Amino acid sequence: MHSAGGTPAVEAVGLVKRYGGTAAVDGLDLTVRTGTVTAVLGPNGAGKTTTIECCEGYRVPDAGRLRVLGLDPATQAATLRPRIGVMLQEGGIYPGIRALEMLRHVAGLHAHPLDVPELAERLGLDSCGRTPYRRLSGGQRQRLALALAVVGRPELVFLDEPTAGLDPQARHATWDLIRELRADGVTTVLTTHFMDEAEELADEVAIVDAGRVIAHGSPAELSRGGSADVLRFSGRPGLDLASLRAALPAGSQAEEPSPGNYRITGDVGPRLLATVTAWCAQHGVLADRISTRRHTLEDVFLELTGKELRS
Amino acid sequence: MTGRHTPRPGAAPLPRMIAAQAALETRMMLRHGEQLLLTVVIPTLLLVLFSTVDLVDVDGERVDFLTPGVLALAVLSTAFTGQAIATGFERRYGVLKRLGASPLPRWALLCGKTAAVLVTLALQTVLLTAAALALGWSPHGNPLSVVVLLLLGTAACSGLGLLMAGTLRAEATLAAANLVFVLLLFFGGVVVPLDEFPDGARAVLGLTPLAALSDGLRDVLRDGAAMPWGDAGVLAVWAVLALAAAGRFFRWE
Ligand SMILES: Nc1ncnc2c1ncn2[C@@H]1O[C@H](COP(=O)(O)OP(=O)(O)O)[C@@H](O)[C@H]1O
Ligand SMILES: [Mg+2]
Repeated sequence: MHSAGGTPAVEAVGLVKRYGGTAAVDGLDLTVRTGTVTAVLGPNGAGKTTTIECCEGYRVPDAGRLRVLGLDPATQAATLRPRIGVMLQEGGIYPGIRALEMLRHVAGLHAHPLDVPELAERLGLDSCGRTPYRRLSGGQRQRLALALAVVGRPELVFLDEPTAGLDPQARHATWDLIRELRADGVTTVLTTHFMDEAEELADEVAIVDAGRVIAHGSPAELSRGGSADVLRFSGRPGLDLASLRAALPAGSQAEEPSPGNYRITGDVGPRLLATVTAWCAQHGVLADRISTRRHTLEDVFLELTGKELRS
Repeated sequence: MTGRHTPRPGAAPLPRMIAAQAALETRMMLRHGEQLLLTVVIPTLLLVLFSTVDLVDVDGERVDFLTPGVLALAVLSTAFTGQAIATGFERRYGVLKRLGASPLPRWALLCGKTAAVLVTLALQTVLLTAAALALGWSPHGNPLSVVVLLLLGTAACSGLGLLMAGTLRAEATLAAANLVFVLLLFFGGVVVPLDEFPDGARAVLGLTPLAALSDGLRDVLRDGAAMPWGDAGVLAVWAVLALAAAGRFFRWE
């Protein structure tokens, strides 16, 4: 779909950034291929913002090698900045400026900006275009910051938690825009602590914890890597597990972790579900509270770090 | 695929960026209510009040004494107080950081700010001059000397304002910039002649930018002096020191 060749949009090797004595980024490796969406996923304090801000040239790394569009952001920021779009995690806008005024202004700093009214409409900013920034809602502020990041038609955009605090509708509008960027060949690096966001949008996910990438790959690769999917049901205690196992497809497991609660792991799909309910019917079992859960990035994260991600 | 976002990055031409930034900064400055109180209402009220009511003893016509000081005060209010407060909060809210990631170079951002200060000052000068003339002011001297003094004063006040905004917390800048304004209003030779203070205090107060500017402007506009080199020198030293320190210590985030 996208060529893996050519210079990566971002290449970080052994990136280190310390604040005082403690390393916020601690030997991070990251490669972002041109034209893809890469999600940097991790809990609060993992070092996502610090990493992104090193890429944007705001922070100078203490060690490691960093190239963004082939340039060193610490020393070649002036060349780099017109080519990238930036959405800060928060702030960045005059409190007294009107939403459209700010968007028009930043558009005017670029040579070939997007059409401002059209972009504003896409992101639902037209209705609050004359509202001063300090009176915008959290979601409107986020969408304005996103618009500012893309209005200059950059090659590469950095979005730091673009959907934090958005309602579902605005969140989907943001996702649609990111997909559109990708379709038009723009490279996107976004940070998030939402699993579904990474799964939904990203070609490549880098899971970050304590300043390092602890796993990376496509969402499918990552969720395939860990333990299997799970199907649970309740029934009367003490069912014949050996018979159930014999009925299941190869590679599946059946257990009774607590009396009357059954847990089947394996390739959970329609076939497995049909097999289990057929077996229950044969054995006169009224299977209650059947639930299936596919293995998600959330599980991957939990397995890798032992921590829950806020979702 | 829409092609709408197909990358086509690039900076606008520099003159266009600077003009846009200057226009934006000017609009925001003139839109800001508290700022207008400081830059327009207070100097005008002082001029009208002190030239019509006999509150302090001055030599000659009160309006001839007051107008140069009020013009100097306008410079202080816009270039120092207003700019320091606005820039301090822009830094605090990440505006300077965000614009740092745009194609606008930092020096061009500062050009925009300076242009906004100069435009506001020009408007203030026109307004205050008109008010003073209506009150019977009769200016003397060489207008070029007046312009040079005003520009030196603006450079000194801008340097000090940016130094404060770029190093202190925004709240501290807000408090300190207003405090300096009020203190210099009374002790900077604007409404109370410096002659009213004891010798030691007068020598020190005379070295403040506001006193040097109001004294210099008075020498020209009231007394018809050619160019008050002493006051101009004091302002130039302030300008060089403050701008150098601001350049050295200003933090953008
Ligand atoms: N300017 C700073 N000074 C000191 N510590 C910081 C600073 N910025 C971030 N940190 C610390 O560095 C760690 C990583 O922060 P950050 O990069 O913001 O993480 P994330 O974006 O993943 O939440 C945190 O422990 C945070 O407290
Ligand atoms: Mg963050």
